[in-house]
Amino acid sequence: MKMYLAVLRLRLNMGMQYRAAALAGVATQFFWGFIIIMVFEAFYEHAAMTPPISIKELIQYIWLQQAFLVFVMMWFRDNELFDLITSGNIAYELCRPSGLYGFWYAKLLAQRLSSALLRCFPILIVAFLLPKPYKLEPPPSIWAFLLFLSSLLLGLLLLVAISMFLYISVFITLSPMGSLLVFGVLSEFFAGLVIPVPLMPVWLQKIAYVLPFRWTADFPFRVYSGHIPESEAVFGIFIQLAFLTVLVLLGRAALNGVLKKVVVQGG
Amino acid sequence: MIHLEGISKSYRIAKRQTGLRQAAKALFYRDYTTINALKDISFSINQGEIVGYIGPNGAGKSTTIKIMSGILVPDTGTCTILGYTPWKDRTEYVKNIGVVFGQRSQLWWDVPVMDSFELLKDIYKVPQQEYKPTIDLLIETLDLQTIVHSPVRQLSLGQRMRCEIAASLIHNPKILFLDEPTIGLDAVSKIAVRQFIKTINKEKGVTVILTTHDMNDIEALADRVILIGKGSLLYDGNLEELRKHFGTSKIITADYAKNTVPFQIFGTATLSWTPERVVLSIDTEKVKTSEVITQLSNKVELLDVTIESQPIEDIIVQLYKEYQI
Repeated sequence: MKMYLAVLRLRLNMGMQYRAAALAGVATQFFWGFIIIMVFEAFYEHAAMTPPISIKELIQYIWLQQAFLVFVMMWFRDNELFDLITSGNIAYELCRPSGLYGFWYAKLLAQRLSSALLRCFPILIVAFLLPKPYKLEPPPSIWAFLLFLSSLLLGLLLLVAISMFLYISVFITLSPMGSLLVFGVLSEFFAGLVIPVPLMPVWLQKIAYVLPFRWTADFPFRVYSGHIPESEAVFGIFIQLAFLTVLVLLGRAALNGVLKKVVVQGG
Repeated sequence: MIHLEGISKSYRIAKRQTGLRQAAKALFYRDYTTINALKDISFSINQGEIVGYIGPNGAGKSTTIKIMSGILVPDTGTCTILGYTPWKDRTEYVKNIGVVFGQRSQLWWDVPVMDSFELLKDIYKVPQQEYKPTIDLLIETLDLQTIVHSPVRQLSLGQRMRCEIAASLIHNPKILFLDEPTIGLDAVSKIAVRQFIKTINKEKGVTVILTTHDMNDIEALADRVILIGKGSLLYDGNLEELRKHFGTSKIITADYAKNTVPFQIFGTATLSWTPERVVLSIDTEKVKTSEVITQLSNKVELLDVTIESQPIEDIIVQLYKEYQI
């Protein structure tokens, strides 16, 4: 346990060094958030029927998505881990008296946490201060807020567990680009980051509801805006836990599998 | 302590000719060749030994080190180190060993070296009261005072290597594997590293296995050498015997007062001759060094004589030739 905390601490320290990157990120996300809100606004004005999610809820959804981008985006990756695998430096990781899964999980989690800490607050604060239609509103109740917090954190844990498969696949393909594209596109789309899940056609929604991806982003954001009622949210948190357990167990097994066959060549 | 028996390992490598057509063909059909990196390797190493593990490039040195440190799984054979099988009891076993891969880095690139050390302390669960004296000793003997607070990316290769060695000793391992620890180091750093390896071997009884291409490392450190080539074990014994076996020739260089007549000395081969200097190669099994010098002094007025044994490098080259590797 102490080891995981140490990794977290070191990674946090490191992440805090990159202030310029964080600042640039904040600016981009504001710009992006506004564009998306305006696009949806245009659509909503000429909607033939009442959309399944209100524009107000949608705006909450988008601001949260921008603020916690690094919690929910698959493409936010640790290139160091890819380098470890492709260059063979993994040899050192294998000389450590700890399971590789836990060690890497801690690294990935810490990386996302450290980036989010620098980025989320400026976005949240400014989004709160915006004029009325574009404003980030507080959640409907304190319960909704607490449920949102726990579902967001569980969603983060879930996303890291999913992203572990990305790293495991690099053991086999040796090139992160392919895996990154496939994983990135699939997970982003089905997490509702391109089009919010409630706005998808019904048949697509059915697919999205079966897959684990929407539990990382779509679910916590809709809990915040109250689009998902509290009773349903509690049930959803159990589903998140179940997905997390299954994915961690599968990931562990898969990693142990590829490690048996790993070949570190040269030097 | 370390016991290897019949270890073999082969790699399957995809091969193709150069050219676009071949690349297109390789999309559908791949040609694999199997490379036997290790063939039936067996040896034992006792506690407190320093063993030099040598062989030409691609001989299988690093593969052996990786098997012994639990990274690779061999195809056949058994390996018992401190009662563990490295690749089976990996997490338990690696607490007892330290590994340095000369061409790789275990330090975090962006943070000061000390932060990496602290992380390793937590990874290996070293108690604070044990960590403090160890790290102090490492910093002092490896002369790291001025560099441990700089980020790794700002260190030179030699500085980084000294930190790498320190990093692999934080948990006081019983065995240290060094895979080319002196690669790319300057003379001063090399000597510092050698001196350090000697010290920890003497004072803490750490068993050291090192691979290197620098024969001076071997000469300075190893009492025992294991030679492998093309995956097979070729020689296992001490350095002196190796020298005796191959090193019976000596080189004599003599300077003398000007003498324009070339001369021959019985039992020697003349490597070069000028009116002031002659370089002779002698086989000490056929003729004694003292006899050669006597003959020389009879012929010319000697000013200076130096006698050199065959350098260890030449012995190794000769050895590689003899085993056709």
